[in-house]
Amino acid sequence: MKLWIIFFASILTNNIVLTYFLGICPFLAMTAQISTAAGMGFAVTFVMTMTCAIIWPINHFLLAPFNAQYLQLIVYILVIAVLVQVVELVIDRYYPILYARMGVFLSLITVNCAILGVALFMTLRNYGYIESIVFSTGSGIGWMIAAIAMAGARAKLRFSNIPEPLKGMGISLVIAAILSMGFMGFAGWINLR
Amino acid sequence: MNLDRKTAHRIFIDGVWINNPIAITGLGLCSALAVTGRVKYALTMSAGVMFVNLLSSVAVSVIRKKIEPRVRMAVYTLIIAVLVICFDRFLKAFYPLISGELGPYVGLIITNCVIFGRAEVFASKNSPLLSAIDALGHSTGYAMALIFVSVVRELFASGTIFGYNMFSPAFKPWVVMEMSPGAFLVLAVYIWIVRFIQNVTERKQA
Repeated sequence: MKLWIIFFASILTNNIVLTYFLGICPFLAMTAQISTAAGMGFAVTFVMTMTCAIIWPINHFLLAPFNAQYLQLIVYILVIAVLVQVVELVIDRYYPILYARMGVFLSLITVNCAILGVALFMTLRNYGYIESIVFSTGSGIGWMIAAIAMAGARAKLRFSNIPEPLKGMGISLVIAAILSMGFMGFAGWINLR
Repeated sequence: MNLDRKTAHRIFIDGVWINNPIAITGLGLCSALAVTGRVKYALTMSAGVMFVNLLSSVAVSVIRKKIEPRVRMAVYTLIIAVLVICFDRFLKAFYPLISGELGPYVGLIITNCVIFGRAEVFASKNSPLLSAIDALGHSTGYAMALIFVSVVRELFASGTIFGYNMFSPAFKPWVVMEMSPGAFLVLAVYIWIVRFIQNVTERKQA
């Protein structure tokens, strides 16, 4: 039961981009088209789950016994950077079609703060192994849903008359505000605390 | 090394206003939205970014000729990560309350693109002194945005600034400002204002 709560809460009520503001840069930059948003969403979900699956044991069996949790940040960022490289190589070698679709996004993900953010949240909240994997997958799916909704809304705006200084980033933020109001409607349905 | 005043001024203003990290280039948005619920969080975050940005720019600039171009990203990341850990430890030791409330966002300074961008675009090509001025300018521009957003949000969300009451007790707090839609909207308004002023001044100069 708790796993379902974590899963749906991280998608809807505690959405990673609309409640915690993580991964805003790609959320605004990669959502010009729905297909791009979906591709990036898949890549984010994949890397996020992989990262948490690897970082959890490192934190619990390597850092915690030696009381070296202050190294968390530096270890996490290194693991993420290495992991993205490895995933890129593996996909390029064995699934060239998938790579052609996802490759560009993968290398962009290292600097995505959502990945590091999810890893830090999972550490702060003391999740167990399965819980952290469910949480990270849910967060990735939440990011993808928000990005696709954003891309859909932006496609409708292409021909509308927007004030010059609000064009681009400004109007995207306004859409994000309205989207996050929509997601707030789920509040109270489930709660992650 | 001699440094004339005009260049220094131009570099500084470039960061504060002309290429304001949040309003114009759109970097560092995550933290601008996440930590602006209270003015004191915004100030803590600005101080952290300024500290890390200043020292990382100087460090990158000092060793810029020795860095192998292929691994430069990894080197920048390591320098920034070490500085962020220093700041995180400092907060935990002296301001445990603020550190607890900011949660993971202090650690997320590592992935703040303002700092990364400065290291890559400016510090890797210029002398340490110029890089320091450039880092200061951009962090000031970043702090400006954070302070604007946090002042507006705290004022309407709880009627206070820095915890001091600003309105009469009859004031009804706007809950939406405390939550995420408020953050997005206020930041959009900030971007709108800055770009509008820049458009007007550009037209006057032309």
